[in-house]
Amino acid sequence: MAGEVKTKLSKNLLRMKFMQRGLDSQTKKLLEEEEKKIISEEHWYLDLPDLKEKESFIIEEKSFMPCEDLLYGRMSFKGFNPEIEKLMIQMNSRCKEEEVEVDDKMEADVSDEEMARRQYETLVGTIGKKFLRKRDQRVLQDEDEDGDSNTRPSKKAKKKFLKPQD
Amino acid sequence: AGGAYWVDSQQKRYVPVKGDHVIGIVTAKAGDVFKLDVGGSEQASLSYLAFEGATKRNRPNVQVGDLIYGQFLVANKDMEPEMVCIDSSGRSSGMGLIGQDGFLFKVSLGLIRKLLAPKCEIIQELSQLYPFELVLGMNGRIWVKAKTVQQTLIIVNILEACEYMTAEQRKQALAKLSGN
Repeated sequence: MAGEVKTKLSKNLLRMKFMQRGLDSQTKKLLEEEEKKIISEEHWYLDLPDLKEKESFIIEEKSFMPCEDLLYGRMSFKGFNPEIEKLMIQMNSRCKEEEVEVDDKMEADVSDEEMARRQYETLVGTIGKKFLRKRDQRVLQDEDEDGDSNTRPSKKAKKKFLKPQD
Repeated sequence: AGGAYWVDSQQKRYVPVKGDHVIGIVTAKAGDVFKLDVGGSEQASLSYLAFEGATKRNRPNVQVGDLIYGQFLVANKDMEPEMVCIDSSGRSSGMGLIGQDGFLFKVSLGLIRKLLAPKCEIIQELSQLYPFELVLGMNGRIWVKAKTVQQTLIIVNILEACEYMTAEQRKQALAKLSGN
């Protein structure tokens, strides 16, 4: 008797987890997809083409300072305020100072590139030694000693213990 | 490189712009911040830590009614303008409290720009007259201090009149003064 009439279960009941444990994976996927469709259809969106951002090569500057190359606003004349007079010389010659600095760079004994190269080489060398395996480190030490051995005997001779003469 | 274009116009009303040096009048002290009147639509705020050598214990000695020369850190139409008296490297470079005495007055913005131009004849001619000190704010405010009140007022009058005088009239006026 119970098998003849199939009770109709509501959709919500069927969606509950304990009812879905018995389902196949395929039917599960179908159900999930249907739910997603419902959700995404509910979301509103604008049916417009994508707007392209206009590339503008124009920079807007609101201040007048760079336009007219204005001086510094604090001034003093005829020694009324010596600190401000020093400031005036500093501030107003900043434009000219930049030109002078370019010339100074050429007069250095060792150029910047030379300095950088030297530092880099020694730095690479010292850090490289740190990571050498012990055998290589010993090899390095032997090489160093061989190189110095020519100078060392003379030094060693000097460093021998001298007996005090009576 | 160049390629800079700007529109030069005459106006009296100042609009705060980032990086501009202006003279502000302290109107209120609200906790850790001073409120300054800079002649714009809103008052600017200035933190008491934005001075050279200022710490939480070492506060700057600023009272209501004092004059401050500073620059704008933040200035756009959406936010309250903020000022500082310190530059990006932490030095005051002339900014901060403007001393006692002296005279503050207002001129148009165009005149300020004329006076701040690299080779300004007005300033050069005035500097020959007497020793004095001058602070020009981009908000149209000028502060002058000379040895006597009379000298100060003479300089103030010349600067105000420079708005409408021609170069010749100015030279005549100065000649009369240096004659006296």
